[in-house]
Amino acid sequence: MFQYCTDPSTLDGLAWLSCYLTTAKHAAFYVSFGTVLLLLAVTAPAALGMGFLGASAARSRILPLSIFGKGYIAIVRGVPDIAFFLFFVIALDQGIEYLRHITLCPDWDQPIRQGNDFLVCPAAKAPLGTSPQWVHEVYGFSIAVFTFALVFGAFAANVLYGAMRAVPRAQLETAEAYGMNTRQIFWRILVPQMWVYALPGLSNLWMVLIKATPLLFLLGVEDIVYWARELGGTKTPQFTEYPHGDWRMWYFLFLLVFYLAFTRISEIVLDRLMQRLTLGQATMGGEAQRKAAA
Amino acid sequence: MKKLILTAAVLALSAGMGMAASHGKTIRLGTEGAYPPYNFINDKGEIDGFERELGDELCKRAELTCEWVKNDWDSIIPNLVSGNYDVIIAGMSITAERDQIIDFSQDYYPPTASTFVAKSADADLKGVISAQTSTIQAGYVAESGATLLEFATPEETVAAVRSGEADAVFADWDYLKPIVEASGGELVVAGDPVPLGGGVGLGIRESDKELRDKLDGAITAMKADGSLNTLLKKWFGDETATY
Repeated sequence: MFQYCTDPSTLDGLAWLSCYLTTAKHAAFYVSFGTVLLLLAVTAPAALGMGFLGASAARSRILPLSIFGKGYIAIVRGVPDIAFFLFFVIALDQGIEYLRHITLCPDWDQPIRQGNDFLVCPAAKAPLGTSPQWVHEVYGFSIAVFTFALVFGAFAANVLYGAMRAVPRAQLETAEAYGMNTRQIFWRILVPQMWVYALPGLSNLWMVLIKATPLLFLLGVEDIVYWARELGGTKTPQFTEYPHGDWRMWYFLFLLVFYLAFTRISEIVLDRLMQRLTLGQATMGGEAQRKAAA
Repeated sequence: MKKLILTAAVLALSAGMGMAASHGKTIRLGTEGAYPPYNFINDKGEIDGFERELGDELCKRAELTCEWVKNDWDSIIPNLVSGNYDVIIAGMSITAERDQIIDFSQDYYPPTASTFVAKSADADLKGVISAQTSTIQAGYVAESGATLLEFATPEETVAAVRSGEADAVFADWDYLKPIVEASGGELVVAGDPVPLGGGVGLGIRESDKELRDKLDGAITAMKADGSLNTLLKKWFGDETATY
C-alpha cells in the first residue's frame, strides 16, 4: 500500500501498524464487513416477506394452506439452527443439482449415489465446475440468504401471526359493517394496524439476525468472525512479513465494538419506527401521543 | 437481485461452455488454509505453502486447470463427497478409516512423526492434551488414556497450551516446529516423537478413479525427477524426510 512497506521488518510503531493494517489480507477482512451488511440488507426483507406469507397462510380459512403455514412455523422453529444450516444447505444444494441432472442429462445411466459420493453429470453441477470462483461465491451467498430467510422467516411468521390476532376485533367488525370484503379488510385494516404489535418481536429477531452472521462460514462464506480468527492467530516469521503473537483478543474486541455500535444504531432506528407506527393507533402508546399533541 | 443472479448464471453458463471446449474440466482443490507450512493464507490473502506449490505443479503436469477453495477442516470430507470440490490437499494423512469414505493418491509426504509440545520438557503427557478435531493425533490421544481436548483449528490447540488450559499439544512436528522456534523458549518438545499415519496424500472421491490416476502419475513423475524432494526441503528444511 505505502512505499515504505517493502521491508516491514525494519519498521516499528505506527509505521509498522499502518503497513500491517493495509495488507491485502486485511482488505479481505474489511470487505467481509460489507458482505455481512449486504447479507443483512438482503435477508431482513426476504425473511419479513417469508414471515408475512407464512403468517397469512397460517391464518387462512383454507385448511391445507393453514396447515402448511402452521407446519412451516412449527418445524423450522423447532429444529436447532446449526443443524438446519448444516444439513439443509447440503440437501438444498444436492436437490438443485438433482433437478438439473434430471432435466439436463436424461441419458445419464450411472447412479447418482455411489457409496458415499453424490454424483451428477458435469453439466448439472451447480454452479458448473468450470465457472470462475466468484460464481461459486455468489451461489454460496444466495444459498445463505435463502437459508437465513427461511429460518428467520419462520420466527417472523410467528410474530406476525400473533400481531394479526392482536388487532382489536372491533376494528375488523367495523370494517365488515362498512361492507368491506375479506381482502379489503385484510389489506386496509388489519395489515396497517398489526405492525405496531409486531415491531417489538421483529426488532428482537433483527438483533438475533445481526449476531447470527458467523453461521455464514458454515455455508462457505467468509465473514468477519472467520477473518478475525485467521488474522488474529499467531503468525510465525517464516510465513509472513508481519509476525505477531496471539492477537485474537484484539480482533474480537474490535468485533465487539462493531456489534455494539451496530446494535445501538438499530435501537435508535427501531425506536423512531415505533414512534411513527404508533401514531393514531388504538393503543396506549397512540393514546399518549394524541394527548401530548392536544 | 433475482435478475442479477439470473444474468450471472447465464454468463457463467456461457463462459463455462466456452472454457469446457478449450480446456477440459476445471479441478477444484480444497484446502484448510490454516496449517503452515502445508497450507496457509499469506499476507496477500492468497493460499500459500508447500501444498499450494505442489498442487499447482501437479495440475501443470497432469494438464488440468485448477482452482483453489478454502474449507473448514471439520467439514472437508463431507464437502468433497458431495462434490463441492474434487481434491482434498490439506496435509491429510492416509488412514484406513478415511480410506473407507474417500480414496487417496499415493503419499506426497513420507510418514512422519507427531510430537508433544508443552511449556516444559517434563510435562504430564497423561494429563490434558490438546489436538485438532478429527485428526490422527486426536485419535491417538484418545486411545493413550490422556484427557483429549479438541479444537476446530490447529491455532487453538497451541493457544490452549500457552494459556495453561492444556498440559501439552499433540500435532505434526512440521506444524509445531516453526511455532516452537519462534516462541523463544516458551514452548519446548516434551517426550518422544510418535510415528503416526501412512504419509500425506490427496483425498479424492472413490468414483473419481480417472482423476486419481492422473494425479498419481504426476506425483510419481515428481518423485522420479527429484522436484518433490526440492519442494519438501524448501518448505520443511534440509533435515526433512525425502523420497
